[in-house]
Amino acid sequence: MSDYRIQGATGEWEVVIGLEVHAQISTQAKLFSGAATAFGAEPNTQVSLVDAAMPGMLPVPNMECIRQAVRTGLAINAQINKWSRFDRKNYFYADLPQGYQISQLYHPIVGEGAIEVQLDDKNPESTKTIGIERIHVEQDAGKLMHDQHPTMSYVDLNRSGVALMEIVSRPDMRSPAEAGAYLSKLRTILRYVGSCDGNMDQGSMRADVNVSVRKPGEPFGTRTETKNVNSVRFVMAVVEQEAKRQVAVLEDGGKIVQETRLYDPDRNETRSMRSKEDAHDYRYFPDPDLLPVELDDAFLEECRASLPELPDAKRHRYESVLGLSAYNAGVLTAEVETSRWFEALLAESAAKQGKPESEVAKQAANWLTSELFGALNKLGKGLAESPVSPEAGGELLALVGKGTISGSAAKQVLEKMLETGDAPGVIVEREGLTQTSDTGAIEAAVDAVLAANADKVEQYKGGKEALFGFFVGQTMKAMQGKGNPGLVNEVLKAKLG
Amino acid sequence: MTDLTDLGVAAIREGVAKGEFTAVEVAGAFNAAVAAAQPALNAFITLTPEKALEAAAAVDADRAGGKALGKMAGVPIGMKDLFATTGTTTTAASNILGNFVPPYESTVSQKLWDAGAGMLGKLNLDQFAMGSSNETSAFGNVISPWRREGSDAQLAPGGSSGGSSAAVSARIAPAATGTDTGGSIRQPAAFTGISGIKPTYGRCSRWGIVAFASSLDQAGPMARDVRDCAIMLEAMAGFDPKDSTSLDMPVPEWEANLNADLRGKKVGIPREYRMDGMDADVARVWDEGIAWLKDAGAEIVDINLAHTKYALPAYYIIAPAEASSNLARYDGVRYGLRDLPQGAGLQDMYAATRAAGFGAEVKRRIMIGTYVLSAGFYDAYYTQAQKVRTLISRDFMDAFQTVDVILAPTAPTAAFGLGEMVSDPLAMYLNDVFAVPASLAGLPAMSVPAGLDRQGLPLGLQLIGRPFDEQGVLDAGLAIESRAGFTARPAKWW
Repeated sequence: MSDYRIQGATGEWEVVIGLEVHAQISTQAKLFSGAATAFGAEPNTQVSLVDAAMPGMLPVPNMECIRQAVRTGLAINAQINKWSRFDRKNYFYADLPQGYQISQLYHPIVGEGAIEVQLDDKNPESTKTIGIERIHVEQDAGKLMHDQHPTMSYVDLNRSGVALMEIVSRPDMRSPAEAGAYLSKLRTILRYVGSCDGNMDQGSMRADVNVSVRKPGEPFGTRTETKNVNSVRFVMAVVEQEAKRQVAVLEDGGKIVQETRLYDPDRNETRSMRSKEDAHDYRYFPDPDLLPVELDDAFLEECRASLPELPDAKRHRYESVLGLSAYNAGVLTAEVETSRWFEALLAESAAKQGKPESEVAKQAANWLTSELFGALNKLGKGLAESPVSPEAGGELLALVGKGTISGSAAKQVLEKMLETGDAPGVIVEREGLTQTSDTGAIEAAVDAVLAANADKVEQYKGGKEALFGFFVGQTMKAMQGKGNPGLVNEVLKAKLG
Repeated sequence: MTDLTDLGVAAIREGVAKGEFTAVEVAGAFNAAVAAAQPALNAFITLTPEKALEAAAAVDADRAGGKALGKMAGVPIGMKDLFATTGTTTTAASNILGNFVPPYESTVSQKLWDAGAGMLGKLNLDQFAMGSSNETSAFGNVISPWRREGSDAQLAPGGSSGGSSAAVSARIAPAATGTDTGGSIRQPAAFTGISGIKPTYGRCSRWGIVAFASSLDQAGPMARDVRDCAIMLEAMAGFDPKDSTSLDMPVPEWEANLNADLRGKKVGIPREYRMDGMDADVARVWDEGIAWLKDAGAEIVDINLAHTKYALPAYYIIAPAEASSNLARYDGVRYGLRDLPQGAGLQDMYAATRAAGFGAEVKRRIMIGTYVLSAGFYDAYYTQAQKVRTLISRDFMDAFQTVDVILAPTAPTAAFGLGEMVSDPLAMYLNDVFAVPASLAGLPAMSVPAGLDRQGLPLGLQLIGRPFDEQGVLDAGLAIESRAGFTARPAKWW
């Protein structure tokens, strides 16, 4: 249970949050027309006769959109409704050519499901299950442009008819952090499934944030809905600001009006858009142009079989099979691209070393999360722009694993790799970083170090064992860092008796 | 040489194929007849004589080149102005689409052109196909070529396909397309002494037909006789992936399989259609129809269609509900009429555009439809009407356990006079009472001319069949046609 509370003059308040997330389905074509869906095209270049609602035009469902919604439903362990139906939501607006949006009110394609969120990265026990009430499929509207003409607004219908999933949560969240964690996790799942690219800055994913407050233990209060919030950070800010605003209104003796609000990120506040009194009567009714969507078992099975390993299962496997720490497993599975990168790295490293993945996984995970992420961070680059490929990284790890280079040399090699893009083997060769495992050479170096530091040898033998590190350092220095550290240790221990 | 305009679809096709006359000669004759009749009958909204000639010339060239000819080769037809035609104004008889020129061709019209038909013009209709008399057209009503004996009062050609029925019965088109939502093919066919069939819902693609009520709208042919209807329906029908409600079934060879021998068939006579105070002539013609079908070998069976009396109220909820939503796209934003008063905002533009663009009947139905779908009324009206619709379908399915086809009058009266009903929309709606049940059930149904009433006006009989059994309907229609000996035609006064 969340202990997030708003301290009011009359005591503590609890916030109750539900999210309706609109996720654009990643398909080439729109929901009911063959028009393209690419982001950023010139206005009105991706509009079919159907999208423009020309007289006599009819919608034909794009089964790929249906398939992606079903796969998404399966990924959140939801009930899939084998019989669903499209309804018309009627209202007039210039960005809505048909005068109605085709949606699913009465019979959505996906029913009850749930996702588990982790509230603290470092604590695998800090989980909470957020219920999902339904997912339905619907059309997006077009876009109005108000800055093109002094007295007129222009309409861009490129988005008109693009397929959206509306993913409706239960009012199960109780803090900004929970709302943020839910939205992040949902985005992660959508990206794994491939049903939505999750690009909130391009509008492919946006959330309507339902917020109410109550005294702990009391029934739900009246909620407001803040529309079209387009980042995780803003969703958290909306919850925080809206909850504070509601508490202030209530403690002032006012009432919360059920209404639609907008978030202004510049002023970090929500503003009323329209109240329930001006709410549309959408006159929903079944779309007579469309037959019900009926799915058979073979279709559902195909959808199920096409699902990739999902983030929770993957994180669990990274911990139990690969032996990674909970933290690393969390970091590496948080984005599907990261886990793909890691798995390619691991496969290459294991193959090059001729060892099972489980034996080299920790090394790969540590190198990726600390060495490479750190280096990329300094360069201001993401993993997708990494100059080092997973294959090159795997080769580097194998060089360390096989004892060809030392760990410290590996850091130098990575730097050169980032600078030049050269393969690690080439760099090691060129820079002469191959470490020496020649015991004769190591013994000679150790002998010289011990001879030159006879006083310290005495102190060591007298019990000052901390000096061992000093001898290792001196030896490595004498060998210009190329001595195999394991062998250097062994030889030193033997000589110091 | 016979007057080419006396010929129907089959005769024209045959004459062109045999070289007795050219398709261009046929098109020329009908173009001339259309032009001569247009000022008096107002059957067309747009004339396209050049389209008819162009298609005819192509057919003649194909024939000269020894190419195979299509089902409708050389037949010029009238196209109801509800079908989108590339480059030719498509108005739905409404001011809101008065200037609309589609950049696309409806599936059905395209199929007809592909079959070798040519277009004489775009036929007048009730505005958005809403009406039973053609009086709701924004381009002036069609005047029926028929007149009562000894009267020159103007009569309604029926509706909504009134331009189609007037043109075919006046012999200014051998055939025409119609659309039928609640009787709009059958009732005008009955009023003008011609044949018309509404096929099973989904048989003809709705793609490119201006929508009235999507779950009911269905295109079909209107022609002089049953065979011509069969030929033309074959050309119009077929699966269309662009229409989700299109039937994915092969198109039968209705014409080749026509068979008026009904031995072994059972014909149902629905008790509920025999209403108190029924017009005596309508009752007489119905009885004659029963006798003719018996004569053709059919067994006559009384049947119950218990929920018939609820059909009309259910229809006048469902059709306006769908229409109120289907017509929301006419908003002045993208095409058609835009009325933008000085300083107007978006809502003002909608209001002004729709007020100026839609006629009174269209507005009435949009308001009815909006009302029955609104919060608090939806269950009482729309949900209830859908339940009634299910019961009506079930009545028919039960009856078809026993009978093969159902015989009933097409309309409760012969054609009425223009202006007689406009002030009483309910009386006007009642004209669809026999046509609407088959529409709600999506069944194939046709009207064939059966006789004249005491004033010399045609009366039609309706045949309703099982889903997909257009053949059974056409066969029974042919049996009536061959016994009714209906040869009456309007005296040419125009």
